[in-house]
Amino acid sequence: MIKNFVWRVLGSLVLLVVVPTVTFFLQAIAPVNIARSVLGLNASEETVAAFNKRLGLDQPLVVRYVDWLTHAIHGDLGVSYTNLQPVQNIIGPRLSVSLSLIVGALLVFTLVGVLLGVLSATGGKVVGSIVDAVSTVGLAVPSFVLAVLLIAAFALQFPIFPATGYVAPTVNTGRWASSLVLPVIALAFAGVTAVAKQTRDQMMTSIASPYARTLRANGASEFSLIYKHALRNASGPVVTVLGIIFVGALSGSVVVEGIFVLPGLGSQALQSALQHDLPVIQGIALYFTIIVVIVNVLIDVATTILNPKVRRS
Amino acid sequence: MSSLTEAIATAEVGGSRSVRFPLVRDFLRRPLGVVAGAFLVIVVSAVALAPVISPYDPLAQDLARSLETPTGDHLLGTDRLGRDILSRLLWGGQISLIGLVEALAVAFIVGIVLGLLAGYLGRFIDLAVSRVTEIVMAIPGVVVLLMVYSLTDNNAHAGMITLGFLSVPTILRVTRAAARSVRGENFIAASRVSGMAGFRIMVRHVLPNIWGPIIVNTAVLAAVILGVQGGLNYLNLGVTPPDPSWGGMVADAQKSLALQPWLIIPSGLLITLTIMSLALVADAVRDTLSAKRSRSGRRLLVAPTVVAAEPTLPVDTEAVLSVRSLSIAFSGVEVVRNVDFDVAAGSTLGIVGESGCGKTVTASAVLGALGPTATVTGQVVFEGLDLNAATRRQRAAVRGTGISYISQDPMVALDPSFTVANQLGELIGRHDGTRGRNRRARLIELLTLVGLPNPEDVAKRFPHQLSGGMAQRVAIACALAGRPRILVADEPTTALDVTIQGDILGLLRRLQEETGMAIILITHDLGVVADLCTSVAVMYAGEVVESADVATLFAEPAHPYTRALLASNPIVAEPGTVLRSIPGTVPSPADWPVGCHFFDRCPVRVDGCAAGPIPLVAVLNREEHEARCIRADEIVVAAERKSA
Repeated sequence: MIKNFVWRVLGSLVLLVVVPTVTFFLQAIAPVNIARSVLGLNASEETVAAFNKRLGLDQPLVVRYVDWLTHAIHGDLGVSYTNLQPVQNIIGPRLSVSLSLIVGALLVFTLVGVLLGVLSATGGKVVGSIVDAVSTVGLAVPSFVLAVLLIAAFALQFPIFPATGYVAPTVNTGRWASSLVLPVIALAFAGVTAVAKQTRDQMMTSIASPYARTLRANGASEFSLIYKHALRNASGPVVTVLGIIFVGALSGSVVVEGIFVLPGLGSQALQSALQHDLPVIQGIALYFTIIVVIVNVLIDVATTILNPKVRRS
Repeated sequence: MSSLTEAIATAEVGGSRSVRFPLVRDFLRRPLGVVAGAFLVIVVSAVALAPVISPYDPLAQDLARSLETPTGDHLLGTDRLGRDILSRLLWGGQISLIGLVEALAVAFIVGIVLGLLAGYLGRFIDLAVSRVTEIVMAIPGVVVLLMVYSLTDNNAHAGMITLGFLSVPTILRVTRAAARSVRGENFIAASRVSGMAGFRIMVRHVLPNIWGPIIVNTAVLAAVILGVQGGLNYLNLGVTPPDPSWGGMVADAQKSLALQPWLIIPSGLLITLTIMSLALVADAVRDTLSAKRSRSGRRLLVAPTVVAAEPTLPVDTEAVLSVRSLSIAFSGVEVVRNVDFDVAAGSTLGIVGESGCGKTVTASAVLGALGPTATVTGQVVFEGLDLNAATRRQRAAVRGTGISYISQDPMVALDPSFTVANQLGELIGRHDGTRGRNRRARLIELLTLVGLPNPEDVAKRFPHQLSGGMAQRVAIACALAGRPRILVADEPTTALDVTIQGDILGLLRRLQEETGMAIILITHDLGVVADLCTSVAVMYAGEVVESADVATLFAEPAHPYTRALLASNPIVAEPGTVLRSIPGTVPSPADWPVGCHFFDRCPVRVDGCAAGPIPLVAVLNREEHEARCIRADEIVVAAERKSA
């Protein structure tokens, strides 16, 4: 079991190499002249040459890659093309904002999703239909449309939450939470429906399974069949789906941070993309990948704990 | 060889003709899917015709008429710069739909080619493709997209093609799974034997068989891509203002939200409805391809419809269980008809027949395990209580204590997530109301009772850590937890090794002697019947065709079906005679003949057999031997004469 687990962690770590490599070598296909787009078309040849020399852009791509990688291993992600600040200084302070948003969304789509899934699987026809309808709409409304609707309703029409902006928890915990409510809902909504669907399908499979039939025929209560046996057997597949949704939510966070003007990794990535500030995007790609790897490992741990076949073998 | 290929080809064509068009018809019967499909057709046509039908130039400003709600001039109103919303939606749709097609085309082509290669060729390629897929799925796609937009100066096509590559796993996984399952089918193997090259097999045979799931997943993927693309456009990625795009219009609407909330409606609703329509079409196609699943799990636990009926025979008051005139239908088709039998306390009744004769459905009716799709008539009287007429609570009280159950495959009869101690303990707690040490003592007692040599150790194990024989013993212990009067055993030895089968039958016999419970044994194996049963009911195509005590049935079988079963059983058949299989198959319930159900396969049929329903009558006027055959007496007499 331990060996199996170590292999899976190593497999996840492969991502840490693959993602930066892919994003780095995308530069090879780029028709954009970095120096020109950063410095502007009016910059003199000398300024461009100095810029390229200073940032090592006159070197071949492979040399730059090796250079970037050796520095990255030591925690140095290079400097921004636009303001020459170290990349980790630019994105470091923004990590907590993104984590607040993403972890908040993770909690919401897990808890609400499982709750709705159980209701849908066990409730009567009416509850099932309502959850079905909400799921269809939930999967269809894109997060950016939902976000604008939420702002229209709960920031403008009924000014309960701020429309945009972020307050650090160290400044004011209440306003920090309040500033996160709408972004978290917008980001989590699609995940809620996906988790609910998976929970319901898995529970229904379990309720229709031969062991449920046998347990029931031998006297087990319906309560136990649903809330003990079906729920427990649904947990493994639901956790697996959580991992997939989480990766999607990480991508979604870029859009949501843009809409709500949250100073997180996503909005920085967006800004840097528009400014052709590749080292910053590269650094954020690495941070995102680290988050994915950590979550993958956590999900592996959870799956291992939840699945007796893996745990004991 | 060529004739084989031809036969396959013909079967293919015939198959697709008879299958595909009803599918289209089925789809058209789903109103939601049809409406959604029609909406998509309208949106796509309108967007394609934008240059013709668009009322205004999408970039033309009219600051005098900014932020208007719908008017005759501007059907959907105007934005902050007085531009016509409808025109911008139509033109903006072109960016969206062209991008969608680009992304889908990449995902589709790359996904199908790699999926076919991985699924069909397997081995090394499959492994490599799977690993790469896992990695791609774990990449937060947005950072790659940002990089691409940044490096291509915000090029829409580059972005959507990248999105297509990031979406490849969706299509690839479906194709791979479908190709793998098709690969194992006979006609593919036949094609390979007949010398068709691998690639041609894939294109000609695999692809036509996997289009269904691929269509479903393409529609779902299209919905996802539209959402992602909208988000990117909202952020001005892949589109340059003032050029219109659906996502960009949502961003415009947000800027004027406080002044004119209406603005969010046209663009937001159009995106949402388009995505929803794609999802609904996918749902409708999926439901058309597979029988629609029940929407609620609890309904699986709901009792079937019960129709009250007067019993034709008086209930046997001596018996612990009396079944009278039991008929069961699923959606109007009768699968079990007029079944009567009695089970005396401590006796064993064997219900025998081939697959599809209604044995298991009959047992399910006794257990009260039929779902809401079943309609049940007749009586199942357990200790004076008609279970069909009983309340939910009365019925529940009988489960486990009155009547309990062991199933065919012990490996799936136990919940894989809990230990033996947990699930058996749960049942003990429910029946005895005990906890802690008392419950534990009973647990060990039961595990010992079913002959497990090391009960403490077995209790700690999970089901996957048990052998088939051990699992069946644990399952029997679960069935005994409530000290039942009757144990229903559905093919309890079929899934086990031959060497274990005898052990389990011996265990059941011993338990019956020790506890005095009755057993209803469902089996197709007359050897098992001879071993364990006191009386037998032979079922054929939903009816009891012969019932007798076990000695009579083996000595003087009266129904041609019983005789055929005996002749085909290696254990029961007389040594030296040729084993004969029964030609033909059991007719399916919808095809039951009016007369004798065995007519088509019967070696001694006469014209009178097909005329009308055959009653179950006493053989040679003996009270305990009945057969549903008009020549029963004749058959028994002839057999006696022959052996004499």
